[in-house]
Amino acid sequence: MHLKYQPPGAKQRAHEAQRTRGAALSAAGMKLTDLKTGARARVVSVVPAEGAAPQELERRLAELGFLPGEAVRVVARGLLSREPLAVRVGTGTFALRLFEAACIRVCPEQTPAA
Amino acid sequence: MGALSGAHPIPLVALVGNPNCGKTALFNVLTGSRQKVANYAGVTVERKEGALLTPSGSRVRILDLPGAYSLDPLTPDEQVTADVLLGRRAGESAPDFVVCVTDATNLRQNLRLVLSLRRLGLPMVVALNMTDIARRKGIVIDAERLARELGVPVVETVGVKASGAKPLIEMLDSAAIPARTAGAFEWRTPTSADIEQDQAEVRRILGAVGGDRIDGVTFSDKLDAIVLHPVLGPVILAAILFLVFQAVFAWAQVPMDAIKAGVGAFAAWIGQAMPESLLKGLLVDGVLAGVGSVFVFLPQIIILFFFILLLEDSGYLPRAAFLLDRLMGSVGLSGRAFIPLLSSFACAIPGIMATRTIQNPRDRLATIMIAPLMTCSARLPVYALIIGAFIPRRTLWGGLQLQGLVLFVLYIAGVAGAMGVAYVLKRAGAASRFQALMLELPTYHWPSLRNLAIGLWQRVEIFLSRVGTIILSLMVILWALSSFPAPPPGATGPAIQYSIAGYLGSWLAVIFKPIGFNWQISIALVPGLAAREVAVGALGTVYALSATGEDVSGALTPLISHSWSLPTALSLLAWYVFAPQCLSTLATVKRETNSWRYPIIMAAYLFALAYLGSFITFRVATALSHLG
Repeated sequence: MHLKYQPPGAKQRAHEAQRTRGAALSAAGMKLTDLKTGARARVVSVVPAEGAAPQELERRLAELGFLPGEAVRVVARGLLSREPLAVRVGTGTFALRLFEAACIRVCPEQTPAA
Repeated sequence: MGALSGAHPIPLVALVGNPNCGKTALFNVLTGSRQKVANYAGVTVERKEGALLTPSGSRVRILDLPGAYSLDPLTPDEQVTADVLLGRRAGESAPDFVVCVTDATNLRQNLRLVLSLRRLGLPMVVALNMTDIARRKGIVIDAERLARELGVPVVETVGVKASGAKPLIEMLDSAAIPARTAGAFEWRTPTSADIEQDQAEVRRILGAVGGDRIDGVTFSDKLDAIVLHPVLGPVILAAILFLVFQAVFAWAQVPMDAIKAGVGAFAAWIGQAMPESLLKGLLVDGVLAGVGSVFVFLPQIIILFFFILLLEDSGYLPRAAFLLDRLMGSVGLSGRAFIPLLSSFACAIPGIMATRTIQNPRDRLATIMIAPLMTCSARLPVYALIIGAFIPRRTLWGGLQLQGLVLFVLYIAGVAGAMGVAYVLKRAGAASRFQALMLELPTYHWPSLRNLAIGLWQRVEIFLSRVGTIILSLMVILWALSSFPAPPPGATGPAIQYSIAGYLGSWLAVIFKPIGFNWQISIALVPGLAAREVAVGALGTVYALSATGEDVSGALTPLISHSWSLPTALSLLAWYVFAPQCLSTLATVKRETNSWRYPIIMAAYLFALAYLGSFITFRVATALSHLG
């Protein structure tokens, strides 16, 4: 078994994000993988994958619609290791594995969209 | 025919669009074809061509292309689309005209491809497809405004309705099509910044034409909350699969009995009406005993495909892929392998072709190698025959049928075998470390009855044509091999023992004796290589010929349940879980991998697994039956 991608300090940062309610987030945003299921957010950026993940990943995510400013929401997550994620972006829904979703930086929305 | 009548005598029109936006449905309406459509991305992996005769009488060649998210291909199926559009395909120039098909409910994503295509400079029209669903969802798009904003004509279409392509056909027929703007162009792969810029333009256009409603929580979302639930989801999936296998046995009994009775009565009638002759032998022992015993399984195949088509059409399949993704990932399979593997339950050939949607070549190869372990529908008659003969029709707790349960276990055994092989391949380094998933979860649809009926009828046609061609001809050959040479005068055993097939069978039986197969089974395995169902037909013919006197009733089930031991039957079931592939599957693997290496490895490892599986099953079952 290869090592599963585990973002360092993921839990703390998720807590922090909850507390700050997205107001004082760094410009880099939080990882989509740290977003709570059902919470609304907007894409800040798509960063290159970490480690040995394929290089085209970033471009493919952009082609699917993970582009800055687009609305995202985690619809569902798998049972074990919280993978995969079902993510709504704009009007489409995609299933992503953790290493894919980790490339997407988001900024939580303060109030749910009307 | 306006601008369409250019350099080519018959203009070529390509249908292009995002995956699952309904290109193939539109293609079917335009050309009267019946290509497979379903509610998931990646159903079409090949370039398909058809012809349209417009109302004014001109002919147009229509191309259906695999769906693509962009013109920069990452997968083999997208490569086909890009090559055709950029005129890179050998022996074919770029299409004269492009119909960019868009899903009206998902323009936010689809319009980016329209912008890319516009840059190609080919004459094009945008087909605003699925407008019926959009309207039901309350999405109103100002098509005229959209055409103005894009600078490209826009027509509304409904691909699932026979009349839904009328505006598009009129457009193709009219002279109002802009001529090709640029001659030569250089295609440049867009950067992330280019894509972002396109998206800004898409937002601007959507703001102008409406239709940019990002729904709060839709019906699909509510359903997904249950279906994709970490605990409920897998329970629902298991229940659905279970129901399918129960139904295959529970619902098929009546029609199967009717077919059996029909074939039996026909054989009896021929037996009386015809004088004793070689022709009568061929008809009764070769055709009716052989072909009839395969034909009986038609109802079960229809029931299996009824469920498969329902699942495909509703949009549930990608959800099942979502639920099983962790499991697949743990043995090193790409999440994208799910749909090719699921297609392999119908037949491994379309399954292996569907691996073209997998980006990484190593992941694709790993998926191809295990696809034949998924129990294809041709194996169903073999399983059903043996289960029907050896597993009692008993109802267990909760109305559960034992026969359906055994069938379920056999399918699971195939899946477990595939997972094991995938794990070995992963350890051997045949899979990449990061397997992409990025699978679109489409909006749920109510399955269309028309689609379901067409799909089922196609399966019936495929089955009947197999029975009528390959199975029938093999049965005739087998009958001849089993009838000649005639037994020497004064021979005591049945004639088949002295025939070519009889000798061949007795040689093969030496190889297969350790796993409990008699010479009749051994001989039936050979034509089974051409098509698996033939093994059933072959058993029918071989037993009809080796039976002496009155016990040839045309029904194979009682014959084998008398002459085989239970360990032999179980061993044969185990054999068919792994059984080496039919030749057409191996030929497909050769074509898709472009090498003889992989089909040879595949056949060898499957033969070894089948032999091992049967050996263990036979020995264990024999030991247990001695104990009991």
